Amino acid sequence: MTSPSAPVPAPADATPAVPRIAVIDLWKAFRGKEVLRGVNLEVTAGESFVILGGSGAGKSVLLKHLIGLIQPDRGHVVVDGEDLTCAEPAVCLQIRRKFGMSFQEGALFDSMNVFENVAFPLRRHTRMTEAEIADRVHECLQLVNLDGIGRKATNELSGGMRRRVGFARAIALQPEILLFDEPNTGLDPLTSAVIDEVIIGMRDRLPVTMVTITHDMRSAFRIADRIAMLRDGRILAVAQPEEFRQLPDPYIQGFLAGEPLEEEVA
Amino acid sequence: MKPAEPAPRGYLHRQLEAIGTRVASGCEEVGRFFYILSTTLHWTFRRPFDLKEWGRQMVRVGVDSVPVVGLTALFTGAVMALQTFRGFERFHAEGFVASVLSLSLTRELAPVLSALMMSGRIGSALAAELGTMRVTEQIDALYAMATEPIHYLVVPRVGACVLMLPPLVMCANGLGILGGWVVAVNLLGANPVVYWQRTFQYLDLNDVMSGLIKAAVFGLILSVTGCTKGYFTSGGAEGVGRSTTAAVVMGSVVILLSDFFLTKILF
Ligand SMILES: Nc1ncnc2c1ncn2[C@@H]1O[C@H](COP(=O)(O)OP(=O)(O)OP(=O)(O)O)[C@@H](O)[C@H]1O
Ligand SMILES: [Mg+2]
Repeated sequence: MTSPSAPVPAPADATPAVPRIAVIDLWKAFRGKEVLRGVNLEVTAGESFVILGGSGAGKSVLLKHLIGLIQPDRGHVVVDGEDLTCAEPAVCLQIRRKFGMSFQEGALFDSMNVFENVAFPLRRHTRMTEAEIADRVHECLQLVNLDGIGRKATNELSGGMRRRVGFARAIALQPEILLFDEPNTGLDPLTSAVIDEVIIGMRDRLPVTMVTITHDMRSAFRIADRIAMLRDGRILAVAQPEEFRQLPDPYIQGFLAGEPLEEEVA
Repeated sequence: MKPAEPAPRGYLHRQLEAIGTRVASGCEEVGRFFYILSTTLHWTFRRPFDLKEWGRQMVRVGVDSVPVVGLTALFTGAVMALQTFRGFERFHAEGFVASVLSLSLTRELAPVLSALMMSGRIGSALAAELGTMRVTEQIDALYAMATEPIHYLVVPRVGACVLMLPPLVMCANGLGILGGWVVAVNLLGANPVVYWQRTFQYLDLNDVMSGLIKAAVFGLILSVTGCTKGYFTSGGAEGVGRSTTAAVVMGSVVILLSDFFLTKILF
């Protein structure tokens, strides 16, 4: 257990690579309800990390901690050696520039159309010309199979389209770290596969670190370098996909098979 | 760290606790207001300046509010003329209606009534807008894109209110005086030329300036209140509704309270 003032422990020698993101003993409660109860997690640079967990397990809450949108009650989130939980606001803002994040419900700006939404981070953080921005936006929308809807208002989109526009907005700047909150929930299998392809493409071609939350087992095993299971506010297990399938834990086996635990049925 | 099981409470205990809760939430409210205010000031002169957004907000606050504010002022001036005439008639001071009208309008009525109208029009809209962005995670999305939401959202809105309220109040001054003039000349039989002279006879530049300074301060108050309520919204659509109402109520109350102190300072 780490007290808030204690220095961040150095990574153990056993881990070959320095973690890009380290979560150390993270606790969070909302109005007395404990959601995270001591999460420990390390995401290595360049890997695609997938978090699984039941609905309401606290996956979205955990993801928001990684980028400092929520302050924990206890514990640390360290990104590239910089502790997000006690950094100055200005430093936090600087660290966030490394991130791109897509939200579970899209979180599109409803005062802008689709094009402006995807262009937002480009306008904000680059000196690209209008033409370059337009090229990049079309490229991103094309990647998620949504070319040609740039002029639509965000309230004209379906839930799946919103999520994909949010995804396009997250990758527009080509950030070093990407966080995806259920990017393919509610998509048909084909469109879901398209999103997976984008993630796999980035994983293989770019030096990008990704953390993805998903409910979709198939896509989890396709995109993941490592998979973690979140349960009861803790990380139950972390393993590479093949090992993960073999884990003896009954909850994980039930999760993979889509069958509830016997004790929970009773 | 769960709190210990509370002991059984007496009547006094419960009352004290209720008062304590009220005081605590009141302090929290004040703290939030000043948090938004100071953060806004901190970011106001920092790049990037979003001139397009400033322009959009200034049009929305200023130009689009002219009808509401103008109508309010016009009829306030008209009613004031009627009322002061009825009163002054009793001690044969009808001649001073024009002077009283211009003084009370520029110093007090135009700024306060315009600010109250704007609190209903803009304060509520700001709370609803930011509140909706909060509950739909748009504010989180701004953070995630390394953009300080207060810089991007609050600064142009507050700035527009502070800059646009004085011109609006200037309009209100003119229209209020016009309303009074129309009533006095057409209904009360005042001499148009004499009335016009009396309007400006005792009116100082200081009177007008104090009204405009009030207007700018009220603009700051109503916009920061609206933004604070919106920014700290929680609890879905219902929460947005609560914030909107609270923004208008709190904005209006704070405007009226601060009006007293401003008047005292600006005499
Ligand atoms: N802002 C908040 N205020 C209060 N409680 C919250 C808040 N955010 C999350 N919670 C609670 O935290 C728990 C975990 O929520 P979270 O959104 O992380 O679930 P999740 O694992 O992402 O689920 P899903 O797969 O359905 O998206 C839920 O019980 C929720 O009620
Ligand atoms: Mg979630």
